Amino acid sequence: MPHRERIYRTEAIVLKHSNFGEADRLLTVYTPYLGKLRLLAKGIRKPTSRKAGHLESFTRTQLLVARGRNLDIITQAQMIEPYVALRRNLWRMSHAYYVGELVDRFSEEHSENQSLYRLLADVLGWICESPNLALTMRFFELRMLGLVGYRPQLFHCLQCNAPLEPVINCFSAEEGGALCPRCGEGERGAKPIPLGALKVLRYMQTHDYAECTALQLHQATHTTLEEILQDYLVYILERRLKSVEFLNILRRSGLTTTAK
Amino acid sequence: MSAIPKPVMRLIEELSRLPGVGPKTASRLTYFLLRSPAEQVVSLAEAIRQVKERTVRCSICFNIADTSPCSICSDPNRDPTQICVVEEPLDVLALERTRQYHGLYHVLEGAISPVEGIGPGELRIRELLDRLRNTTVHEVVLATNPNLEGEATAMYIAQQISPLGIRVTRLARGLPVGADLEYADAVTLAQALEGRREV
Repeated sequence: MPHRERIYRTEAIVLKHSNFGEADRLLTVYTPYLGKLRLLAKGIRKPTSRKAGHLESFTRTQLLVARGRNLDIITQAQMIEPYVALRRNLWRMSHAYYVGELVDRFSEEHSENQSLYRLLADVLGWICESPNLALTMRFFELRMLGLVGYRPQLFHCLQCNAPLEPVINCFSAEEGGALCPRCGEGERGAKPIPLGALKVLRYMQTHDYAECTALQLHQATHTTLEEILQDYLVYILERRLKSVEFLNILRRSGLTTTAK
Repeated sequence: MSAIPKPVMRLIEELSRLPGVGPKTASRLTYFLLRSPAEQVVSLAEAIRQVKERTVRCSICFNIADTSPCSICSDPNRDPTQICVVEEPLDVLALERTRQYHGLYHVLEGAISPVEGIGPGELRIRELLDRLRNTTVHEVVLATNPNLEGEATAMYIAQQISPLGIRVTRLARGLPVGADLEYADAVTLAQALEGRREV
């Protein structure tokens, strides 16, 4: 840690919370310069808490934190961005949960990653407005993977290093990217990736979000992209993501409206 | 070889499982009990045993009660056309303290929390919908907590109820009694403004 003052100031996005003691909460937050932190917010389950509203999940907030013996304690909080729209719609909200779970799983405490912080702040804003949440999620997954060191290789075959031809290539979660049809054939766990899907992944890897929102994709491509990236994420994490289950429940119940 | 007798060790371990009780607090409580008169300790043990043996979940509202149906569900003076949906039994107590609500309750036993793997299937939502289909209910009051999990739960339930054509309301949000306006967050303040009333 760079300095040992008793109090420090940081911006943070609240990823999740759990109840702690009588009226306290243990928050997991993501910060630009300190990475992920676990902080104690005292008394915020009381209705008169001055901090409670400023420390809800998925708000961007300015914190004043006092160093504690085990856990650091939040002494002041001032909300910067509440991301209101994702609180008013269940489908958008459940995507925020998904993003929160991914960032939590892919980050380490006290490990700075400013770009990931910026991406997280951006994606929460996009979730509030996006007319195509599937596209937003794929963009986020791909970019996040890049920022935490798992950027998939999509231009050259990972085994023979030859540039990929415009045919049906393979994607291997184990190798971390694409394989040409010849190398992919014998590879366990490698799945064919249609050219369209591969091109979309490449486009998203090399263009910014505003440009990517212009993409019009078939439902089949959406499904393929989701499967490929989900496989890859689960392979790296070695566990399923719990919030995906909830997204699937909503999908099955047809509760996927983003109106209001 | 531990200097602590086995029964003492065991009690410390059992107590430290309680929420908010760490090993230090557990040891302190244990040695306090050791010094207490025997009848007090037996009475405590008996109370702990009975809290499990003599209580049931009400088969209608899933509140903790000593009979099933519970005293609220079987009270003829309560309005059976209103159901207030809460997360935990303690929320029923809080609402009862207001003495403003005279309908029935439905305890969900939690709130939707996707990251903890608590989905609608883990809560008493299906039971609520069955209840709404089988009885005449005019209004469902969603009184889940005003945090993200509570909102998710409320929105999910509201969407499930909407085909039944029953009025669904949500507890108002705004500033708590005794609060200071300058410390209010923008979301709460905006909601307080939206819900302002003629004086």
